[in-house]
Amino acid sequence: MIEVDHLTKRYGSVKAIEDVSFRVEKGEILGFLGPNGAGKTTTMRVLTCFLPATEGTARVAGYDVFKQPMEVKRRIGYLPENPPLYNEITVDSYLDFVAKIKGVDPAERTKKIEEVKDRVSIKEYGKTVIGKLSKGYKQRVGLAQALIHDPEVLILDEPTVGLDPNQIIEVRELIKSLAGNHTIILSTHILPEVSMTCQRVVIISKGKIAAVDTPENLTRQLQGSDRIFVVAKGPEAGIKSKINEIEGVLRVESTKLDGDEAYSFSVEAELKKEIRGKLARKIVESGFDLLELRPVSLSLEDVFLQLTTKEEGVRSR
Amino acid sequence: MKNILAVLQKELKTYFVSPVAYVVLTVFFVISGYFFYSIVSIFVERSMMMMMQSQQFGGPPPAMDIPSLVSRNFFQVMSTVILFMLPMVTMATFAEEKRRGTIELLFTSPITNIQIILGKFLAALSFFAVMLVPTLIYFGFVYFYSSPSMGFGPVLSGYLGLLLLGGCLLSLGIFISTLTENQIVAASVTFGAFLILWVINISARGGSGPLQEILNYIAILEHFEDFSKGVIDTTSLTFYSSFIFVGLFLTYRSIESLRWRQ
Repeated sequence: MIEVDHLTKRYGSVKAIEDVSFRVEKGEILGFLGPNGAGKTTTMRVLTCFLPATEGTARVAGYDVFKQPMEVKRRIGYLPENPPLYNEITVDSYLDFVAKIKGVDPAERTKKIEEVKDRVSIKEYGKTVIGKLSKGYKQRVGLAQALIHDPEVLILDEPTVGLDPNQIIEVRELIKSLAGNHTIILSTHILPEVSMTCQRVVIISKGKIAAVDTPENLTRQLQGSDRIFVVAKGPEAGIKSKINEIEGVLRVESTKLDGDEAYSFSVEAELKKEIRGKLARKIVESGFDLLELRPVSLSLEDVFLQLTTKEEGVRSR
Repeated sequence: MKNILAVLQKELKTYFVSPVAYVVLTVFFVISGYFFYSIVSIFVERSMMMMMQSQQFGGPPPAMDIPSLVSRNFFQVMSTVILFMLPMVTMATFAEEKRRGTIELLFTSPITNIQIILGKFLAALSFFAVMLVPTLIYFGFVYFYSSPSMGFGPVLSGYLGLLLLGGCLLSLGIFISTLTENQIVAASVTFGAFLILWVINISARGGSGPLQEILNYIAILEHFEDFSKGVIDTTSLTFYSSFIFVGLFLTYRSIESLRWRQ
């Protein structure tokens, strides 16, 4: 549904994002995790045709963001970090305006507005002036604005920031309920948020993608384990079982490398148990060729250090 | 077209819920009323003087077309007054969208920049038209109390001229509003720009030579004189339309470059 290829955005000489590539499948919720200033908003702005990229391509629903922006805009609902609201008009007239410029069929406009208000539970606030709403309700109006034309893709920039714990839970439930019909990208700097809402996570730091993984794997890494990347030549199962014999190894995953007979192994080991020496010896002594061995995810740890990993008062239901 | 209307409607809505709109409307109504009153009394006084003079020296009183003198002078004064009022109409157009981030909503919606700009321009122009509506009352007075009745021609051409002149000023004001996020800055710069236009107008008067001719052509208020006299001159029509076009074109370029500068 969303394909991003080698996207780079420079502001003068400063690179906001560099060589960012990822894919999002239809109906998936992808979390964009990274500390503040990592380039999350920039990436989202490129995807919504708000900003042109310096290099690279991005496609949404098969349409190129740079060549067919109108088609892309029709299919995207976007909630920026600060909801784009006109404070002096009422919720109803705001949604009416958004429905018009998003190209909602005039015959269905009133119905759509009622539907979307129902969905984000702001039904009783239709006649209220937006400026008088609380932060949480403003956020909901922002969400309503993104949903009104029933877009295939939803892009939400920090949708829970500044909300109180109850509102955070509600917004997350709402986002989860939207998956399936909508493809969603949401950005956050809060680690628990992705594990609660997302199926897959892209970790971005200093403008570069640091990792793409499932929240479970990321959480496991966070709970404390070392990862070692090994490339060895030999039978896959044989090497795997030998590695598993080493004390301290928790998990081994292997992938076939293109070209030659070699396999790459991602070895997860208990934290602070230095097993690299043992690992190398084991592979060589077992008669396999060791081509490469290095620790990984150091940069990832740096990223995690900057992330908010705890939330006071917010628990998943 | 639908999109332009949507933007126009929204703009008008935001105009009329803000106190600025009512302040501008009221102040304009009061000022224009004051000027109308003083212009009428000046000419009435003058005609009385002439009547008295003719009675003293005998002979018929000289002919004096007070309605057209009033309308001409009134439109002249109005063209200056709007220089002070219109910066307040355009200051928010883009500056406020930028400050609030609602520009992000407009830019990520399936609507072109031209539609956004035209919607906003037409809304500002409609607001200006609303500002002018109460001044029709004054001409109503003139119509009822003058005999023979005044002609409508000069009044219509005067209003047309005011709308065109207002359009020029509004397009320039909207352009200036795209350059900043601060309404006050936008209003001040716009006011400064209008003042320069006014100064050009003064320096265009008198003197001769090629420079003078150029100044005369670009003097925006000079073109208004014809309209206030009831003359619709194609040169002035072309001048005003081109001015509006250039103003909106600059706005368009400025909006386009916003994305690249972000």
